[in-house]
Amino acid sequence: MRHTLTRSLDRSATTFLLIVAGAGILLPLSNLLLPASSPLHVPTYVMTLFGKYVCYAVLALSIDLIWGYCGILSLGHGAFFALGGYAMGMYLMRQIGPRGVYADPVLPDFMVFLNWKTLPWYWYGFDMFWFAILMVVLVPSLLAFCFGWLAFRSRVTGVYFSIITQAMTYALLLAFFRNDFGFGGNNGLTDFKDLLGFNVQASGTRAALFATSCLLLALSFLMCRAVVRSKLGKILIAIRDAESRTRFLGYRVESYKLFVFTLSACIAGLAGALYVPQVGIINPSEFAPGNSIEAVIWVAVGGRGTLVGAALGAVVVNYAKTLFTSGALAPYWLFMLGALFILVTLLLPKGLVGTWYAWREGRQRAALSLDADSAAFEDSGVKPHMAE
Amino acid sequence: MSSAIDPRATSAMLYLDGVHVTFDGFHAINNLSLTIAPGEMRAIIGPNGAGKTTMMDIITGKTKPDEGDVLFDGITDLTRLDETQIAELGIGRKFQKPTVFESQTVEDNLLLALNADHRVRSTLFWQRSKADDAAIDCVLDTIRLDNARRQLAGSLSHGQKQWLEIGMLLAQDPKLLLVDEPVAGMTDIETHQTAELLKEINRDKTVVVVEHDMTFVRELGVKVTCLHEGSVLAEGSIDQVSANDRVIEVYLGR
Repeated sequence: MRHTLTRSLDRSATTFLLIVAGAGILLPLSNLLLPASSPLHVPTYVMTLFGKYVCYAVLALSIDLIWGYCGILSLGHGAFFALGGYAMGMYLMRQIGPRGVYADPVLPDFMVFLNWKTLPWYWYGFDMFWFAILMVVLVPSLLAFCFGWLAFRSRVTGVYFSIITQAMTYALLLAFFRNDFGFGGNNGLTDFKDLLGFNVQASGTRAALFATSCLLLALSFLMCRAVVRSKLGKILIAIRDAESRTRFLGYRVESYKLFVFTLSACIAGLAGALYVPQVGIINPSEFAPGNSIEAVIWVAVGGRGTLVGAALGAVVVNYAKTLFTSGALAPYWLFMLGALFILVTLLLPKGLVGTWYAWREGRQRAALSLDADSAAFEDSGVKPHMAE
Repeated sequence: MSSAIDPRATSAMLYLDGVHVTFDGFHAINNLSLTIAPGEMRAIIGPNGAGKTTMMDIITGKTKPDEGDVLFDGITDLTRLDETQIAELGIGRKFQKPTVFESQTVEDNLLLALNADHRVRSTLFWQRSKADDAAIDCVLDTIRLDNARRQLAGSLSHGQKQWLEIGMLLAQDPKLLLVDEPVAGMTDIETHQTAELLKEINRDKTVVVVEHDMTFVRELGVKVTCLHEGSVLAEGSIDQVSANDRVIEVYLGR
């Protein structure tokens, strides 16, 4: 039975990867190669919109890794996403160079506006792409490591942990709002021109960004899957289900939590980094506590502890958001999101994909026990009974 | 695991002396002193609130005593260590309420319990080995759950979960097993089987059993310690202890 189960789960993972790869190749091709008149042509704005969803899907994966498998409910994951985004934004700002409104060769416009004469030290190096990418990975990971080290060592768990993650993202929101913090204050970073020498507005660049987002989603998925299917993954589930039992078996629970929390923050940061060039702006509102909660809702809707579900939930909920917030229903979107969360919690506690898995597994189990029963009946000629 | 001549063979496996624990003014453990010899099996009885579970919490590092010595294997001071370190030393604990990893299979429960490298990196790159499989098979056989190995632990009966948890302790391969109410909620047959199982385990491990069920304690046929209000009230064979006037008094009321 184990074999069929692994095989079928593998099948859904393969399907997922094929869909992601298909989208990552076909959408850009159709956008670039087909004439705008063709019914199969994907307009650039649609591709960019989906590119944004794909980044959200990666964020959802990172939340599912810690919440679905290790039971750590972070309500501040938007902060890691935004930090990754800011690191990328800083690179893009430095690429503007003298093309800014004030035409300063080094300082971004907002610094000139604030009458700053020199570049703050923490902006050094961001003119180099490799350095920016290093920071995209390092800054969220380092924050998660320090934050997690303090929280997990002090055995802050459950709702208390969730509340302090909210406080963390809110504190960052306030800090990034300040002009003298040096990240553009309220307006954030925008008016990007080039990424690695390519115009970020060009449809070719957009197509490449979309394909890269899909690649990131596929790689993050494979990485999360490798983690949860290793023995470490079983330990994460053990921590989720019975933390003190795990501790009494000799596992240092806080190390496991710290590892998976840091890894998750790193994935969230990468998602943020690809999000920013596609939406063209990063500002402090990305740190809003509501954003992090919304991301948790995507995972709940899709099905926590399934990975595929988390990604699917992010795309489905955000697609719905785009649909509804652009029509007459726009003022009611938040109510609909709230209602969706309540309905999913009450009616589909396992989420869309989780419910589908449970249903399919139930059918397999039923079919299998039917086989086993009849086999036992034929073998021994006695009525089959349950094991003691 | 047992060597012929151990230099510490005479010293105690577990030694508690003058231990005090207070929770918000309530004296849960009051000058408790207890010695368990290597290879011994000891039954701990006592009315509700006698401090049996708190005693287990102290030994396993969950609760720190305010005062007193807790020594393991003659030399190690347990009061300075946390749960993980104590588990690594070789003390296994079964909880009062059966606690297994319900959403994982019986086999995986045992795999997680196996005495292996518990660091993050080695579990991330861990590969299944023949030795692991053999150890799991052996434990499954001992706890009579061979047929249920691929079942989810959550689908087991209450008694089976108790056994699985004992099995996890065995997989952990500790020197000392602390077993809190192993037969709570079991049928008579299961209770009998559990007594047999514990006796089998006691062949090469030291065992401390906390239990309410007197028939079960009698069946174990080992030395009994009766706790009351956080200290030892009586110690001896089950017949001696149950004939003790003070014990009768605390159990039946004045």
